Amino acid sequence: MRSVGVNITSRLVAGAGAARRRVREGGLGPAPVLLALVVTWVVFQSLNDHFLSPRNLSVLSVDIVGTGMVAVGIVFVLLIGEIDLSVGSLAGLAGALFAALNVNLGMTEWLAVVIAVICGTAIGALHGFLFARFRVPAFVVTLAGLLAWSGLMLYLLGPDSSIHFSEDGLVATLTSRYFSTPVLTYGLATLCTAAYLLVSLRDRSRRAGAGMPCRPVGEIWVRTVLLAAIAFATVSVLGRFEGLPLALLIFLGVIVASDLLLRRTPYGRQVLALGGGAEAARRAGVDVTRVRISVFMVSGTLAAVGGLFVASRFTSASPVSGSGMLLINAVAAAVIGGTSLFGGRGSTWSALLGVLIIQSIASGMALLGVETAVQFMITGGVLITAVIFDSLARRTPESRGRA
Amino acid sequence: MPGQPLLALRGVSKRFAAVQALVDVELEVRAGEVVALVGDNAAGKSTLVKVISGVGPPDKGVIEWEGSAVQIRRPQDAGLLGIATVYQDLAMCENLDVVANLFLGREIHRFGVLDEVEMERRTRELLHTLSIRIPDVRVPLAGLSGGQRQVVAITRSFLGSPRLLLLDEPTASLGIQQTNQLLDLIEELRDQGLGVLLISHNMSDIKAVADRVAVLRLGRNNGLFDVNTTSQEQIISSITGAADHAVAHRPDPEEVWP
Repeated sequence: MRSVGVNITSRLVAGAGAARRRVREGGLGPAPVLLALVVTWVVFQSLNDHFLSPRNLSVLSVDIVGTGMVAVGIVFVLLIGEIDLSVGSLAGLAGALFAALNVNLGMTEWLAVVIAVICGTAIGALHGFLFARFRVPAFVVTLAGLLAWSGLMLYLLGPDSSIHFSEDGLVATLTSRYFSTPVLTYGLATLCTAAYLLVSLRDRSRRAGAGMPCRPVGEIWVRTVLLAAIAFATVSVLGRFEGLPLALLIFLGVIVASDLLLRRTPYGRQVLALGGGAEAARRAGVDVTRVRISVFMVSGTLAAVGGLFVASRFTSASPVSGSGMLLINAVAAAVIGGTSLFGGRGSTWSALLGVLIIQSIASGMALLGVETAVQFMITGGVLITAVIFDSLARRTPESRGRA
Repeated sequence: MPGQPLLALRGVSKRFAAVQALVDVELEVRAGEVVALVGDNAAGKSTLVKVISGVGPPDKGVIEWEGSAVQIRRPQDAGLLGIATVYQDLAMCENLDVVANLFLGREIHRFGVLDEVEMERRTRELLHTLSIRIPDVRVPLAGLSGGQRQVVAITRSFLGSPRLLLLDEPTASLGIQQTNQLLDLIEELRDQGLGVLLISHNMSDIKAVADRVAVLRLGRNNGLFDVNTTSQEQIISSITGAADHAVAHRPDPEEVWP
């Protein structure tokens, strides 16, 4: 007898609570960030009508890639509730190592690229090992890394502190290649949309087949149409300048792949579990040390890849391309995009959204002729706003849970 | 064989350096029975739980499972026998949903891709079998109440289809309504034929669901009572080790057990 009344009340209470909570944070997903991006664009467009021109957007879409790649790696580390401060230096080191091997030693480009990226992975593994095994705080390990690896970068760059490499080689192509054949670009947009639709419908039919609640077909179509609108608008706008940049395609590919890795594989589940409760994960049989080392390897690898894209933009390796601003922007992008600093909550898509907002502000300010000093202050303001939202979202569910 | 205990401890002892935590402890739990394990702080309750769950094997003594002696040296051994433990600090991931928490560390996947549909199906099936109602199995744990989390923790221990359930202070952090819900679940599990060992400080919970009460005092057995025929005062005096007259000095025994 006792159970009937209790169950109904608790269901009602919990249902209302879940709805409120969803409105306050989780269920809205990336909506607030998207809104912020739209506001940024509208404001800058109203101040200068070159802002949303195909040319400016095209430049923007390539400029975001270096920082964005680094930010994707940062997302992995943030998800387990840690931080990697060495990514800026690592990016610079990868660029310098590539240039030194390729230009100074005459190594073939692709081999130099592979070595630079593997170097990033190995250094990430070292950081992860020191953190996971000796329990040195990640903050300190990677701070030491920040110093040490930028030192090594300066050493590799030599007295000129800059190495130029070929302007039509492999690395330079990364940010200078564009695809402008409409069949190719629109075909790609169609393919991606169709793939999304098919996967969504298949998931739905599996759930329906198992007799479980599933998304209404209408919602799937709405989402698909939205995706198609964004994809075709991007292709069309960028096509009016030079076409679809190779760099952007690689960046989107990395985001989709890492998002699938985090959301759809046992490994990704373990990364998220670590961020939500390391002790719980350990008791559930997760190899905590291994996962910890692996996320630093991912962040080191993507920092090196990002560093190559940054160097590619300048067709040279120099301390400028691996400056502290890269680290700051990458962390800021991940957090502004909605990945929590406290671990366990976020997605690699936040790297894209965050870096878009940061670069849009930078690009818009540059168009308006605003000084860098003011840019820094405004980006800082956006970052602190994002962190406050993050802290609020973190506090809400906990206080609910304890109630 | 009817009446044969599911789990029996015979003369179990354990020592930590200079402290003799358990001395010749005897305990039996039958299928379809709730045994409450009570005792003051440092009576050895937690040590006994660790002995049974394989976290801290005994130094001496025999553990019998359905009449035959077994070795429980690791948590996995206990799991294989069908012993599941729900610890006091639930140890779950706040950010993951119910399904993900249930299957954490034993995810179902096909070709390396998580099979969310199958995991959710089995979660729902399990919740249904246990007559547990969670409004949404896709809600992150942080969005659930303390009672619901407790229930999720118990549900998780059921993935291995256990036959003996160890519950360490399951109602300690729950409100009245949630406690009632949990006690209902314990009764339900007993009726399904499980053995339950309930570690609790709360006399009214014990009165409500336990069939027998085993008292530990300073690492030794200090009485085994039938809940229906024993007064609360008797149990408490054997917990505190006071002779019967000592209870008279306490106006309300409930107050001793917050």
